[in-house]
Amino acid sequence: MQSFIDQWLPIFYEAIKDTFLMVAISLAFSVLIGIILAIILILTRPGQPLQNKFVYQFFNLLINVIRSIPFIILLFFMLPFTKFIVGTSIGVEGAIVPLVVNAAPYIARLIESSLLEVNQGVIEAYRAMGIKTHQIIWNVMLREARPAIVLALTIATISLIGATAMAGLVGAGGLGDLAYRFGHLRYETDVMYVTVILLIIIVQGIQSIGNRLAARMKKD
Amino acid sequence: MIKLENVTKVFPSKKGKDVTALDNVTISVNKGEIHGVIGYSGAGKSTLIRCVNLLETPSKGKVWIDGIDLTKLSKEKLRQTRQKVGMIFQHFNLLKTATVYDNIAIPLKLLGVPKSKIAERVVKYLEIVDLVEKKDSYPAQLSGGQKQRVAIARALSQEPQVLLSDEATSALDPETTNSILELLLKINAELGITILLITHEMNVIQKICDYVYVIENGNLIEQGSTIELFTKPQQSTTKKFLNTISQRKLSDRLVDELKLGGRVVRLTFLGENTGQPLLSKVTQQFYVEPNILSANIIELKNGIVGNLVVHLIGNDHQVEQSLSFLQEQGVEIEELGVN
Ligand SMILES: Nc1ncnc2c1ncn2[C@@H]1O[C@H](COP(=O)(O)OP(=O)(O)OP(=O)(O)O)[C@@H](O)[C@H]1O
Ligand SMILES: [Mg+2]
Repeated sequence: MQSFIDQWLPIFYEAIKDTFLMVAISLAFSVLIGIILAIILILTRPGQPLQNKFVYQFFNLLINVIRSIPFIILLFFMLPFTKFIVGTSIGVEGAIVPLVVNAAPYIARLIESSLLEVNQGVIEAYRAMGIKTHQIIWNVMLREARPAIVLALTIATISLIGATAMAGLVGAGGLGDLAYRFGHLRYETDVMYVTVILLIIIVQGIQSIGNRLAARMKKD
Repeated sequence: MIKLENVTKVFPSKKGKDVTALDNVTISVNKGEIHGVIGYSGAGKSTLIRCVNLLETPSKGKVWIDGIDLTKLSKEKLRQTRQKVGMIFQHFNLLKTATVYDNIAIPLKLLGVPKSKIAERVVKYLEIVDLVEKKDSYPAQLSGGQKQRVAIARALSQEPQVLLSDEATSALDPETTNSILELLLKINAELGITILLITHEMNVIQKICDYVYVIENGNLIEQGSTIELFTKPQQSTTKKFLNTISQRKLSDRLVDELKLGGRVVRLTFLGENTGQPLLSKVTQQFYVEPNILSANIIELKNGIVGNLVVHLIGNDHQVEQSLSFLQEQGVEIEELGVN
């Protein structure tokens, strides 16, 4: 037992670190892009004051197209593009670009639907008060949608963890990669079990933190 | 203060069946008055009030507030002018995630009120609506009436000259409705704010309005001071609304039966004059026997209106004479059971 720990602890530590890094960085970029896309969709959708059929349809289609490509295909399909952007297509950096491309449209959709849930009456009340549109976006729409957005991002984070495991295929490292290389290719089943248990703990933890945070923000 | 001039609003529809929600409507609200628009569901009331602050752009016509034609303003100027126009809604439209205090303070901050003044203003208007002790509660912890008070405080805190009310009491029970109406009267009297409200409840008009517009299918079908409307309603829709206030209507069968032995009339009196002395005169001078079928008194904002439905028993000539006598005395007469 002690020898198992001595032998594997540094490797697990490294894998967990890589997973966290990949998830955190790609989540940050995806959320940023996702929020912007969601706001564009909300503002330009038909019936809104800033409605714009062309812009709305363009982003709508773009999101749908990317979302219909399975991540594993996206991963390989994007290799040259990744290399162009970050200079390498392997390792943590190499995984970030496809992860963001995969997660941003998904997050955009989740945030879009959270924003659509915001009471239109409140938005209208703020318009009637003569408050600027960008202030309404921040202080009414995003504010009121916060609990829903937190839950949406919890879901997105968990599916990003799943995607990082696949990113192991391009040599990205992380827990998924560990389980695949040692557990699957070298029949170290103990490593596989420990990885799975770790993943379960991480996913559970994130979900409960998300739920608790959302519940605290929700005031009704 | 508020003027809609020949405002028409058409909602285009893809199927080619455009909806004319407002058809050439003109209204004019003087400074410091309370005017009400009443109509059934779908009549175009919300469209009308939303045209006042251009939440809905009129297809035709002009909208004036304090001498400014809003339809001519740039987006930016319109935004600034809207700050002079407060609005309250049927469903309150408060931020769920903000406390009562923040619900009032956030718009003030966004509108550029200096930080040092915000707290003072919020408390001032919470005092007016009598909700200071709830300032740290969230809307979900308040009753409907309290939520509407917060919404009113939010509107007032921007110190508008005009308040628009879109069915502000329609989601409230009668008691709470009354307290909100009292509050509107108070802010009208004490702060001099001009109010335009829409409603489908005649008692709202009765309690606080100086002037009334009746709207049906996008058309203004009748208007007048509240007293005029309660004493001399012309349109059947107006009469139907009046019937909701008091038991004015007798069944056709009953009226038909009574008509066999005389005439059934509704007498409407204005002011303190309850009609009692006039009726005894009718008996003395014309030998007509008035039998009172129903009687009520309606208190309006600017006066009292009495309503009597009487069965006049006597010979035709005498009844005719007594009716013209009553008319001379300024009593409004409406004969029931004649079509
Ligand atoms: N945005 C819109 N697009 C198309 N038609 C509309 C729109 N808003 C209102 N209408 C139509 O205009 C008419 C008047 O609607 P409005 O909301 O003004 O009625 P209302 O008198 O306020 O009714 P309620 O008492 O039910 O609120 C209705 O026939 C309605 O269907
Ligand atoms: Mg309405």
